[in-house]
Amino acid sequence: MTAPEPLLSAKDLHKSYGLTPALEGASLTVAAGELVAVMGPSGSGKSTLLHCLAGITRPDGGTISYRGRDLTACSDAELSALRRTEFGFLFQFGQLVPELSCLENVALPLRLNGIRRRAAEARAAEWLERLEVADLAAKRPGEVSGGQGQRVGAARALITEPRAVFADEPTGALDSLNGERVMKLLTRAARESGAAVVLVTHEVRVAAYADREVVVRDGRTRDLAAAI
Amino acid sequence: MSLGQMLLGLLETQPRHGYDIKRLYDEHFGRDRSLHYGQVYSTLSRLLKNGLVVVEGVEAGGGPDRKKYAITEAGVTDLADWLGHPESPQPYLQSTLYQKVVLALLTGRPAADILDLQRAEHLRAMRELTRRKLDGDLADELVCDHALFHLEADLRWLELTAARLDELAARITESQR
Repeated sequence: MTAPEPLLSAKDLHKSYGLTPALEGASLTVAAGELVAVMGPSGSGKSTLLHCLAGITRPDGGTISYRGRDLTACSDAELSALRRTEFGFLFQFGQLVPELSCLENVALPLRLNGIRRRAAEARAAEWLERLEVADLAAKRPGEVSGGQGQRVGAARALITEPRAVFADEPTGALDSLNGERVMKLLTRAARESGAAVVLVTHEVRVAAYADREVVVRDGRTRDLAAAI
Repeated sequence: MSLGQMLLGLLETQPRHGYDIKRLYDEHFGRDRSLHYGQVYSTLSRLLKNGLVVVEGVEAGGGPDRKKYAITEAGVTDLADWLGHPESPQPYLQSTLYQKVVLALLTGRPAADILDLQRAEHLRAMRELTRRKLDGDLADELVCDHALFHLEADLRWLELTAARLDELAARITESQR
């Protein structure tokens, strides 16, 4: 049996900010539909790794291949198009536009991709339902709790049916119960839609929702499955 | 596990037959392992001997299942005592793992690998519990969460130890001189 073609594969990534190295030979492979948790102490380089994988930050060295395409050779415009159509994002804080309703926020990625308002909002309503926050459709982000906001954020990350979702500490600002709810709904929705998830977290209980963990220490990765 | 007190708890609301007790036990606590009839009857006979339960009635026919057991005043007090006392915190795996880490450092083996190995094993167990939690009901969720929080505490200790390995190695080298 041959191994399935990886969705995303990064090899020997290096990245420094000024004289400070953030990545010093990090590698990571993500299969289609796989949930991978990236863990590590503060300042270990895990967020930088996520940003490189998602085409937000360009590494100084190493290769990143997404479905056979070399991301390090892509132009900014190509990376931006890729992020809009194939990737979804969920961060710790404030990715929702405060002036828009929750429904409009979720519909936004589709609107940016040229889909008409009515169709986009109908799809957004379905995604709010899947994340169990349908009753928040008309509310503004300022009127909902942190946990509810993250569920709206998860709906927005998934609405374009991306092949990969990048989540950076999505439960970092939530209490245990709300964090669990967000993870439960996010992972279920991602699995149902077949999206791979790269999840950066320092919380082991959050990482336990993933299929596999990779630890980043001093800018280098270690696949814990390989430790056994 | 305090099976005696568990059975007393199941008897407190009403007198029950042995098979009824087993069924209730399995329903609430038997997720990992159901109770054997033998355990039920040996525990009941111990409780009977200690005056914590009495046989309230015996139906016609043979076999142990014909007896109906009821909790006594002493049984209620015993149960209340047990419920009212905290469990002693268990020292889990730290002592053994600490010994392994120190031995690795003493013998020049990579101690970090021992910690990573344990970490991987802990995370594997946590993934399994998380899956069980997602597929289960509220009772599963609460039981699994308890185990998950304990494993998380162990993992924090593993991380802290990993961060202090150099310090520990220096101290061990020092003591060997």
